[in-house]
Amino acid sequence: MPETLLLDRVGVRYGGVIALNAVSLTVAPGITLGLIGPNGAGKTTLINAVTGIAPLASGTITLGKHRLDGLPPHRIARAGIARTYQNIRLFGALDVRTNLAAGAFAQPGGLSNDTARTLLERAGLPDLDLDAPAAALPYGDQRRLEIARALAARPSILMLDEPAAGMNPAETARLVETIRAIAGTGVAILLIEHDMTLVRAACDHVVVLNFGEVLARGTPAEIARDPAVIEAYLGSEHVIPSKAPSGASSRDRH
Amino acid sequence: MLAQQLVNGLFLGAVYALFAVGYTLVFGVLDILNLAHAAIYMIAAFTAYSLVAHGLPIGVAFAGGTILAGTVGILLDRIAFAPLRRRNAGTLVPLISSIGAAIIIGAIARGIYGIDERHFVDGGIDSPPIHIGPVTFTAVEAIIFATAIALMLVLSYVLRATTLGRNIRAVSQDRIAAALLGVNIERTIAATFFIASALGGAAGILTGLEYNSVSIDMAGSIELKGLAVIILGGMGSITGAVIGGFVIGAVETLAVAYGLSEWRDALTFGVMFVILVARPAGIFGARALRNA
Amino acid sequence: MTFFAQFYAQHSRLLDEIGINALLALSLSVSLQAGQLALAQAGFAGIAAYVSAIASMQYRWPLFASILLAVACSTLVAALLAYPVRRLRGIFLAIATVGFGEIVRVIVNNVSITGGAEGLSGIPNNVNTGIIYSGLALVALALFGLSRTKFALAVALTREDEAAARGVGVDTGMVRFASLALGGAIAGLAGALYAHAFYFLTPADFGFPRMEEILVWCVIGGVTSPIGAVAGAAFLSILPEIIRGLADFREITNGVILLAVILFAPSGLSVLWRSRRATVPRDA
Repeated sequence: MPETLLLDRVGVRYGGVIALNAVSLTVAPGITLGLIGPNGAGKTTLINAVTGIAPLASGTITLGKHRLDGLPPHRIARAGIARTYQNIRLFGALDVRTNLAAGAFAQPGGLSNDTARTLLERAGLPDLDLDAPAAALPYGDQRRLEIARALAARPSILMLDEPAAGMNPAETARLVETIRAIAGTGVAILLIEHDMTLVRAACDHVVVLNFGEVLARGTPAEIARDPAVIEAYLGSEHVIPSKAPSGASSRDRH
Repeated sequence: MLAQQLVNGLFLGAVYALFAVGYTLVFGVLDILNLAHAAIYMIAAFTAYSLVAHGLPIGVAFAGGTILAGTVGILLDRIAFAPLRRRNAGTLVPLISSIGAAIIIGAIARGIYGIDERHFVDGGIDSPPIHIGPVTFTAVEAIIFATAIALMLVLSYVLRATTLGRNIRAVSQDRIAAALLGVNIERTIAATFFIASALGGAAGILTGLEYNSVSIDMAGSIELKGLAVIILGGMGSITGAVIGGFVIGAVETLAVAYGLSEWRDALTFGVMFVILVARPAGIFGARALRNA
Repeated sequence: MTFFAQFYAQHSRLLDEIGINALLALSLSVSLQAGQLALAQAGFAGIAAYVSAIASMQYRWPLFASILLAVACSTLVAALLAYPVRRLRGIFLAIATVGFGEIVRVIVNNVSITGGAEGLSGIPNNVNTGIIYSGLALVALALFGLSRTKFALAVALTREDEAAARGVGVDTGMVRFASLALGGAIAGLAGALYAHAFYFLTPADFGFPRMEEILVWCVIGGVTSPIGAVAGAAFLSILPEIIRGLADFREITNGVILLAVILFAPSGLSVLWRSRRATVPRDA
């Protein structure tokens, strides 16, 4: 059953450094929430807080009626949270089928070939060889396999950490469709991205983090116009285009 | 009484520290736990013994054994570790490789020298006792202690004040950055192994002199104790190895003094175990747990 | 006598050794498959060996009861050890478990009930080759059964990437605990059988050199392969017999083989039966 992820004034501290400060956000079923911000703003830390890797110093995280913060990571995963990783963490030495079976670990029973095929299709990899070792796949396929693995868990919440990193515009456009389709099935998606084309096309709402705090919220269009957001990005490589995406962009791809 | 025990502990600890320093140096620079370090310690002692048995003065034998140890260290790296570096084999594979090397070195030593104990001087080393207040020791013990301390000071100087030392420290902090800065990585690693193994070999020769005994078993008895020392001191920390060596030396000496002689190894490893559970980084360690 | 009877008579001790070594190798393999270099199995086996020997000799327990008691003890010790080392990984886990093994050795060496440094002799010699291999078959069957369960997947995932495994819902703490306890049980069986097969025990039988040997068997057979563990144990147990003529070179041969495997064939013997598709060549 689809559930809403709620972060209420979440704070995370590493030693003396405040990584997240009173961050609140909501991800509802079927909604894709973009999470953007300069490097070091705390985006990955936020995902780590949700998955239980980073302990909370303050605030709460709930999924529907279940309190997540304080639970060990594997229980949070079993509650319906799945993620991909910034640096791809597939089980590289294991084959595609086993990686998908891993994603479905918390589901009762095994993973049938049919289900595996369906998962791969949903992730945009319809023809992938189930027996191929995951580490031998091309980079773009690995990213999508990670998504397929996350989908295998039948999550309520799917968190994607820079899934378009290293992708060219054509691949990114396909990724947008994939994400849209997944959202269409009722999954709530939290998307960390630097690529603003992807964010604009895929996200319903956007939250901007800077120095561990929420700087702005709104639709992608509103964010792009927000002066505080623009100022936060000035001086970094990531400049939000103020034009429509059809023109040449002055943006750097990270 | 306590003063005498502490002095005994100091003497014992100095040699432990010397051994541990080489152990921890390799770990600090390369993340490798070189379990063949004890085998090199042993074979250096045998080499010095052979040189003495052929009539050479002890000073020459000491130098010869130490240099041989250093050379074996370089060879060890070339054969057992460098190929693994090239293929990015992780941290546990070199450990196993070092076990293989240790077995081979041990087998060579056994082949040449057999399993019997050898003595530097048959009948014991003649050395008049020196009395300072409540404390008694022999000239030989004092020389051993002084040599160990001197070698550790030399190491400290090399690391702090020479180009090589700077390179070693750079490689241990960030190998890629060091390479970008123009440091010759492989040569620095070879030098590290030479120094570490030479010091380990020196510790072996000094131990052999201390007890006037060299045997295959030497490796077994120091190998795990050295682990306890570097865990206590913090793996990768030279200072920690020195302090750890003295602490373990003191623990062992006091254990013997208070009638717990048979249990002293259990005490040493008990301390090590507690450190690992409570504070794996040891006293001075910068490397804490590796994250899963 | 038939050929087989003659063969058996000549080699029964070797066959017994192979069986027990195979069990010891399996006990380590279980931990290695979970990605843990937990070098405590020799200690577990030693504890069980002494417990079963003492139960038989001093308390006149029948064989199977004393073996069961021994296995229960070693498993319990393994379970207890799992708790303080639960956060240790890699080298640190290896060192902690080696330290544990040394503490066991010292205790056994200094306690009168174990006969101290002289050990125990005259243990009832009522374990024959059949019993050893029955035990081995039992363990092999149990492990095979486990390999078909989700636990086996959990073990593989824990080994490959512990954090990602947690991310898909694997309770990696439980996997680590279970693999250590299981290793304790199997090593315990090996130790108890050893005591009654060779009827003489000393503290040195299960010290660090023995632990190194067990590790060598597993590495040569293929670190993550239980069949490899058995194959490695068998191969290295038989090897000294084959090159008996070069008696002095046994030890160096072990070392050279180990080095050669690590450098040139990291998957060890398991490369002989691993299906091609299974893995990208991977180091331990």
